[in-house]
Amino acid sequence: MKTYLKYDHDKVGKSLLKFLLEKEKVTYTILDTGQLELKGNIDTKRRDEIIAVLAAHGIYFLEDKKTALVQRIRDTITEMIHDEDIVRKHKVSVYLSKKLGYSYTYLSTLFSESTYTSIENFIILKKIDYAKTLLAQGDLSLTDIAFKLNYSSVAHLSGQFKKATGITPSQFQRILKKRTQQLTDT
Amino acid sequence: MKKELLHIVLADDDADDRMLFADAVDEIDITTSLKVFKHGQELMDYLMDESVLLPDIVFLDLNMPIKNGMQCLKEIRQTPHLAALCVAIYSTSSSEQDIEETFVKGANIYINKPTSFTKLKRTVEKVLRLNWQYHTANLNKHNFLLRL
Repeated sequence: MKTYLKYDHDKVGKSLLKFLLEKEKVTYTILDTGQLELKGNIDTKRRDEIIAVLAAHGIYFLEDKKTALVQRIRDTITEMIHDEDIVRKHKVSVYLSKKLGYSYTYLSTLFSESTYTSIENFIILKKIDYAKTLLAQGDLSLTDIAFKLNYSSVAHLSGQFKKATGITPSQFQRILKKRTQQLTDT
Repeated sequence: MKKELLHIVLADDDADDRMLFADAVDEIDITTSLKVFKHGQELMDYLMDESVLLPDIVFLDLNMPIKNGMQCLKEIRQTPHLAALCVAIYSTSSSEQDIEETFVKGANIYINKPTSFTKLKRTVEKVLRLNWQYHTANLNKHNFLLRL
């Protein structure tokens, strides 16, 4: 049997984190802001051990506040794109600044300085990435996907897709299909 | 904020193209390390050595002696520890069939060798910036396809 999987990264991350911390017998609280609070007496040596255990599973401590904030901007954008209601009702700039408690100008400057791209371009990248995932799953038509991602029309989505990837959505689908065929042939 | 060093490798049999590529990478405002190889076999020998640090992106010319780009691409995708590498095909061919074929065989990026240095710089910069996003921002690498 073969099937596509979709991960809720946030959920997967949190349950893995809980599992590992409990295994390490640490008392902790996971805050909604993406922060982790470790309780009790933790010296530097113990802290480094915990960092190493988590890092082995792809969970990293963000030492500086700016890195953490950039990550929260990314997470918020992802969450927004994946939620049909939020994406329809809110403007990204307002939503980000409300949710994270900083002015959009500050967030936008910080993001551009730290990531080789702007918030606006990152949103397009994320939307197209999501569109690709949906196309690969094959349950939705391009029209459905355009609606889900709040594009004004299919043409708008196709245009942005082509601009971002250099190929059209149907070429993309054809390539994926041929790749899968090739795997089953060999 | 400090950004991590991006490791790049290029396999191209044309000495001029290698030099231009290195100059372009050098002038881009992204901190990188670049390794160049003269043909596919040299590249594969390097990648197969499990003690080396794997690159963040591989640029592959299609037409090379000894081992061509297509063969390298196939071997990379069939080798478990290399299968997830980001591969950019860097070629003079612009036939639609060639392009689609490389994507089907597992290339992530297809670049038509630009005709001017300015264009080359712009193209490489675009690829590196986008590749950096794929490494840092939880994008689906499996669906990473880009044609320039």
